[in-house]
Amino acid sequence: MKNPLSEAVVHIKPSGIRKFFDIVSEMNDPEVISLGVGEPDFDTPWHIRDEGIYSLERGRTHYTSNSGLMELRQEVCNYMYRKQGISYDAAQEVLITVGGSEAIDIGLRALINPGEEVLIPQPSYVSYEPCAILAGAKPVIINLKAENEFRLTAEEVENAVTDRTKVLILPFPNNPTGAIMERKDLEAVARVAIEHDLIVMSDEIYGELTYKGKHVSIASLPGMKERTVLINGFSKAYAMTGWRLGYACGPAAIIQQMMKIHQFAIMCAPITSQCAAVEALKNGDDDIVEMCTAYNQRRRYLLNAFREMGLECFEPYGAFYVFPCIRQFGMTSDEFATRFLAEEKVAVVPGTAFGESGEGFLRISYAYSLENLKVAIGRMDRFVKKLRAENEKGQS
Amino acid sequence: MREELLTVIEKNSRIDLKELAVILGVEEIDVVNEIAAMEAEGVICGYHTLINWEKTSIEKVTALIEVRVTPQRGQGFDSVAERIYKYPEVRSVYLISGGFDLMVILEGKTLREVSTFVSEKLSTLDAVLSTATHFILKKYKDHGCTIGQKKEDEREMITP
Repeated sequence: MKNPLSEAVVHIKPSGIRKFFDIVSEMNDPEVISLGVGEPDFDTPWHIRDEGIYSLERGRTHYTSNSGLMELRQEVCNYMYRKQGISYDAAQEVLITVGGSEAIDIGLRALINPGEEVLIPQPSYVSYEPCAILAGAKPVIINLKAENEFRLTAEEVENAVTDRTKVLILPFPNNPTGAIMERKDLEAVARVAIEHDLIVMSDEIYGELTYKGKHVSIASLPGMKERTVLINGFSKAYAMTGWRLGYACGPAAIIQQMMKIHQFAIMCAPITSQCAAVEALKNGDDDIVEMCTAYNQRRRYLLNAFREMGLECFEPYGAFYVFPCIRQFGMTSDEFATRFLAEEKVAVVPGTAFGESGEGFLRISYAYSLENLKVAIGRMDRFVKKLRAENEKGQS
Repeated sequence: MREELLTVIEKNSRIDLKELAVILGVEEIDVVNEIAAMEAEGVICGYHTLINWEKTSIEKVTALIEVRVTPQRGQGFDSVAERIYKYPEVRSVYLISGGFDLMVILEGKTLREVSTFVSEKLSTLDAVLSTATHFILKKYKDHGCTIGQKKEDEREMITP
């Protein structure tokens, strides 16, 4: 038999997350506490769920237009104007997708010619690199640095740019580090993007979850709207992960090509989710504030706990992750996470699951109740003390 | 700080003060002072425990009583409300807009005890024109908490 598989797909590394997922699943131990989840612990607010149910009752069970319900696209435009002061045309510049992830995939496919380079800052979400490869691009990794609080600097972009660079992925607020980019940071990167004529794919799925001023979109800076594909969605802001709904906003020329792929591959995003999302955008601003306040309290709790444990950690101002450094124990992230799981039954994700520059760090999610976090931190404290005792013994 | 502090302790008044200070991002002494100030100002009126009595062997009956009253000259509804709320079995008294005037929430051990109170104490007050008593059969949600259900975390253990 001929090799039935695509070389390109076979060569893609499986997600580092997957390996840990399998270990945890195999343990099948009710004692295990996970701090490894990348989705909100809140259920979708009831008024949004109710709108989904109502749409089903009314028999809204058909395809929508390929780009998504006009009403929803219009609400996305209102939202973008309300939050970021950016005006998009609902007819041409907005595409409703199946999660932000689909937008990343089809966005890269719409932009890339074979061999063109995509700059991917890491640590970052697991899908950029494989999606870039599948789109025929050459991924160029920018390793973000702890001393910059894992922000992207203009210099780092400058050093990575070649004459084949086409797209810069901008994953902030960042999963897994919790890093944000403030206006001044964005302005510096925007200058480089304009100078080298780069398209910016700005993944702002965590844009509502920031704890130091409001999130600024790079698309709102002068000269950037026309070269930015802004990706956002409902999963994080409205706790709607399972509804699988996101969107892309950008120049009509790009969005319409993305729409072409979307129409052949997906047809349209699920209508129930779209109906619920209209309600989220119309009446969900208060939900965001409430959830964001809760996340911020947990964030402060964890940072304080790490400080007391003597665990080095920069203060993350976005998403719902903290990214403490575990180098002092002389272990790799993977070793630490594996032992922590085996010995204390707490699941965290090694930083390396999000790129090599995550080595020496752990992603710890605070999408958990304070009660849960407290138990996990108690175990972590015990584990850290044990490791220190082992190291001292080893030295003497 | 006040609003966020109140939101937290409204849901969990047993939270440790040190922890409260940490999650609010302020000093412990400031939390202590703010709570003391709010107690003095009457912003914080008490700390209570939400109990599902059905899970205990203790019998309790709760009734909502709609009361229509004649307002008193110069005092409106206040004096009659006071005469009612002074009974210890009365849990709450609210002045209500609409078809009746006072909503009285009463707790007793038995139906008989509650109805005796209504017929002998409440209806006999001069200002009371009429009452309508509604007994609570089942509590689904109280003080923002769903009674009796514990929610499981259905999320996958590890997700990107």
